[in-house]
Amino acid sequence: MSTDQTSWIVYVLVLIAGIVAPLVFPSYVNQISVLWLMILFALTWDIVGGQMGYNSLGNIFFFGAGMYVSAVVQIAIFTDVGAYTSARGGEQLVLDYGDYFLGLFAGIGSAAIACVLFAIVLGWIMLGLRGPYFAIGTLGVALAARELAGTWEWIGGGSGIAMPVYPGLPDEKSLVFYILFFVLAVLTFLYVRWLYSTRFGLAINAIRDDEEKAEAMGIHTMRHKIVAWAISAFFLGMSGAVFGNVTGFVEPLEVAFPAATFGIFMVVMSLLGGKGTLWGPVIGATVFHVIKEVTWTYMLGWQWVALGVLIIVNVVFFQQGILGWVKEKWPEKFGLVVDDRGASREASS
Amino acid sequence: MLGNIDLLTLAPVLNIQLLLDGLFIGSIFVLAAYGLALVWGVMNVKNLAQGEFVIMGGYFAWHLTTFGIHPIVGLPIVIAIMFVFGWLLYVLIIKWVVTRDLFTSLLATFGVALVVQQALNLAYGPEVRTADSGFSTRTLFDGLVTVAEIKVISFFLCILLAGAVVLFMKKSRMGQAIRATAQDARAARVMGIDTEKIYAFTFALNAAICGAAGVLISMIWVIQPFYGVAHSIRSFVIVTAAGLGNLPGVIITGLGLGVAEQYSGFVLGAEFQQATVVILLVVVLVWRQIQLARHRQYIQ
Repeated sequence: MSTDQTSWIVYVLVLIAGIVAPLVFPSYVNQISVLWLMILFALTWDIVGGQMGYNSLGNIFFFGAGMYVSAVVQIAIFTDVGAYTSARGGEQLVLDYGDYFLGLFAGIGSAAIACVLFAIVLGWIMLGLRGPYFAIGTLGVALAARELAGTWEWIGGGSGIAMPVYPGLPDEKSLVFYILFFVLAVLTFLYVRWLYSTRFGLAINAIRDDEEKAEAMGIHTMRHKIVAWAISAFFLGMSGAVFGNVTGFVEPLEVAFPAATFGIFMVVMSLLGGKGTLWGPVIGATVFHVIKEVTWTYMLGWQWVALGVLIIVNVVFFQQGILGWVKEKWPEKFGLVVDDRGASREASS
Repeated sequence: MLGNIDLLTLAPVLNIQLLLDGLFIGSIFVLAAYGLALVWGVMNVKNLAQGEFVIMGGYFAWHLTTFGIHPIVGLPIVIAIMFVFGWLLYVLIIKWVVTRDLFTSLLATFGVALVVQQALNLAYGPEVRTADSGFSTRTLFDGLVTVAEIKVISFFLCILLAGAVVLFMKKSRMGQAIRATAQDARAARVMGIDTEKIYAFTFALNAAICGAAGVLISMIWVIQPFYGVAHSIRSFVIVTAAGLGNLPGVIITGLGLGVAEQYSGFVLGAEFQQATVVILLVVVLVWRQIQLARHRQYIQ
């Protein structure tokens, strides 16, 4: 199994990069914090999609749900939500530092808890679906949430909720949220790394390889699937809460449930890096995000077409991903023994 | 929110309006869903770009009207274009995913959907459009029920097209070969059927059917580059609820979906019309799963 053999130097380098980056590139702080968000997206998608083999197209649901829960909590602490949203942003919440961070952390915490509950309820319903039905069903959940959030007036409907205003300067705000994203991404990575080295990691791998056999071996598959999805939802919910505060404005179509952008990015990034591996999502997210940020503005409206082509090429011709390809090329570097009888080629990851 | 229910009981004629509109639009859903069932059943590809094909056909028809070609005259032209497009798409992409796992085909066609909708958006802009067919609208029951003539015409065109496809599948050599491949691709190959060609033909036929549905949609409803997703989901709802290779089932669910959508749009408000489709998708999937679970228990 995934006894992670990455040299500690890599970890130190990544940590240093994460700490130094905002100081070296102060004008790109927002872009780099989105990079950490993307890494978090890819990692959480990979728990269920790569390691457990349940390819979800609707994980974005937890991102949006977390964002809305956090928004409602942050506002409800200080004022009445219904009156606030019906004012259509006419009155913004202006808070001092203490109140703001109290609200923010209460929001993030409740988003995480709420998303775990959502994952348990939804997982109980959806995770019985297999293969493509699960993918379509989760996509349906995300789209349904998007439509319903747009019609629910109490949370602002289609015109959205304005989040509390950050009490400090914009640069300071970027830095604070950079730190939040960075910490969240690192925590997610470390948690996932630990998770894949436990029995639980083995169990969800067994579910991916053959669910019937896993069940026959005595693994309570439903329980494992729900827990895996809940873990993914836990981190996604928190990231959604933070992202809502960065944007300052929560709205169902583009910010909370962007099923066609963030929702599909997470799948593409995991596939690009190599799904079912620990580092694959991180590499995929980094490569994808850097390419996207560099080329996006030069494509003059063709960027979405390019994204679609990238998805097709990635899925159809390069499904093993970057890390998978490297592994095929130099298996001995990963401690894999190439058996001439072709038996244990993909034994571990 | 539910205030309109009273209206339905006070003026029962309105039910007729909703029913008629639902049937007219539902018949087109049936067409697109039949195409999906075909591709799904024959080559086991779940085409998430189904709705985009529909919208694409609609835009071609609209484009032809700008040259002064009436959409109904344009129908065969669009069918031909979409057939060629489907064939090309098969050779370029779908060919490589037929034998792969199901998620691959799902995600690959999702990519196709993204490309098509964005390309349409770049070419035609995000405005909502209708291909003008120039027919008048008739009123029944003292003006309470309005029926556009084009809707009736489109309904009959729909029946004609569906009949032609069914007849083709039943009688022609190609149709027989397609059905044989659906039953057992390997056995079909042993019998000398070029399954590769059959797959290409099936996918192209699906694109053509969708294109025809799109032409009808553009005449009686609206098209917009991003409306395709809803059509894809409708097709999935219908096929999943009816099951593969169940033509009467597809027809009944398709028409039912059309009517259900009209009612929910009227009773709950227009903004719920989209939500209804998506929620129905989830409900149908869950319902199917419960049935399967019961089946499994029965075997145990």
